[in-house]
Amino acid sequence: MKKFLIPIIVLVLIGIFVYTKAVGVYNQFVQTEETINGEWAEVETQYQRRADLIPNLVNTVKGYADFEQETLTGVIEARSKATSININAENLTPEKIAEFQQAQDQLSGALSRLLVTVERYPDLKANQNFLELQAQLEGTENRIAVARRNFNQSVQAYNSNLRTFPNNIFAGWYGFDRKGYFEASEGSENAPTVQF
Amino acid sequence: MQKRILLLFLINIISISFLWAQSDFPPSPNPPRLVNDFTQTLSPSEISQLENKLVAYNDSTSSQVSIVMIRSIGPYDISDYAFKLGDLWGIGRKDKENGILILAAMEDRKVFIATGYGMEGAVPDILAKRIVDQLIVPNFKMEQYYTGLDKATDMIFKLASGEYQADKVVSKGNHGGAIVFFLFFLFLFVILPMLKNRKDNDNHMGGKGGGIDLFTSIMLANLLRGGGGGKFGDFSSGRGGFGGRSGGGGFGGFGGGSFGGGGAGGSW
Repeated sequence: MKKFLIPIIVLVLIGIFVYTKAVGVYNQFVQTEETINGEWAEVETQYQRRADLIPNLVNTVKGYADFEQETLTGVIEARSKATSININAENLTPEKIAEFQQAQDQLSGALSRLLVTVERYPDLKANQNFLELQAQLEGTENRIAVARRNFNQSVQAYNSNLRTFPNNIFAGWYGFDRKGYFEASEGSENAPTVQF
Repeated sequence: MQKRILLLFLINIISISFLWAQSDFPPSPNPPRLVNDFTQTLSPSEISQLENKLVAYNDSTSSQVSIVMIRSIGPYDISDYAFKLGDLWGIGRKDKENGILILAAMEDRKVFIATGYGMEGAVPDILAKRIVDQLIVPNFKMEQYYTGLDKATDMIFKLASGEYQADKVVSKGNHGGAIVFFLFFLFLFVILPMLKNRKDNDNHMGGKGGGIDLFTSIMLANLLRGGGGGKFGDFSSGRGGFGGRSGGGGFGGFGGGSFGGGGAGGSW
């Protein structure tokens, strides 16, 4: 009688353990996923903010008749390309993020070319309207950087949590996937030192 | 044996200094200070003047404006470094996110004003940019670092005045409040002692007496602070009213605010 009971008790205990563990892991993943969704929304908001600034910038620059059309059309095209790529928060796969980042980086490149070209137009450079747009653009770039960093931190924690044992087994059951994050831009590896 | 201890000691020191070198950010100052000059650029009296000014502003508005001067930011963008440092130290109140960090990297000749989430409305990027371009950079170029920082903080106070208030501000013109306070006073000083005396008659050890005294003094301190806060609220410039502040009490510490990328910078 007693010998018969012990394995059953052990099995029941194991079952309870696995169940609570599974529920706990599931809830944990759901919570971190929600955090990531919120941070992704912030990233998109800031990129959108930048996209919204561009028409004003282009119009201000256009006023200078001899301004190079090539750089302007480059910015406009890159903008329309970048705004056409939107990722649903449910679908933050590494490939999608890479695609998104590529489009946005292209826009960043076009914008910086525009700002370099402006250096050759002293009148434009002194234009109050342009100066304010430039300050806003800088602020937006900073906000993008912060939003991207927060997003990356959460995704990295999520991914490493997802891939460690035994969470990887449970995650496989529930269908949680790795999420993509923004790669560091080139040239950021060689680091001089900080001095307080 | 002695050699071994010495060796351990050396290893300890090396590992500690290694840890120090590893971190790109200075640890939060202890005791907490709002003005942190790691470069010995400002004289001690200039530091304490700025510190007093910023602490007074923090006391009256709960907004924390902090100044940090370091030698070099190394690989970081000045903006990025400022946001990370602000987040790390938690400048500003957590619930209000009302921190501002003025970061100057002396060897890189770069300066940045980072605004916490809650200050982005009071000090938008464009105005931060103007403060940098018109107040900080010209003065820094002439090596008048104190003047630049003094003027910049003045301007920030002006912009942010009225945005936030310290918690214990009593609203103006609340005459009913005075009566309540008076009754409370009466209760504390007359009725409570009477009650206590009756209860404590058998026990003259005084062990319990301390409790009520402490309580009374805390209440008193709160009342005084409340009254003072009400007076501060009358000043619109945000700076004029600090003369009456009692000398005691430095900066209480950073509150865990965070930075979302607001602000602007420049180089001199």
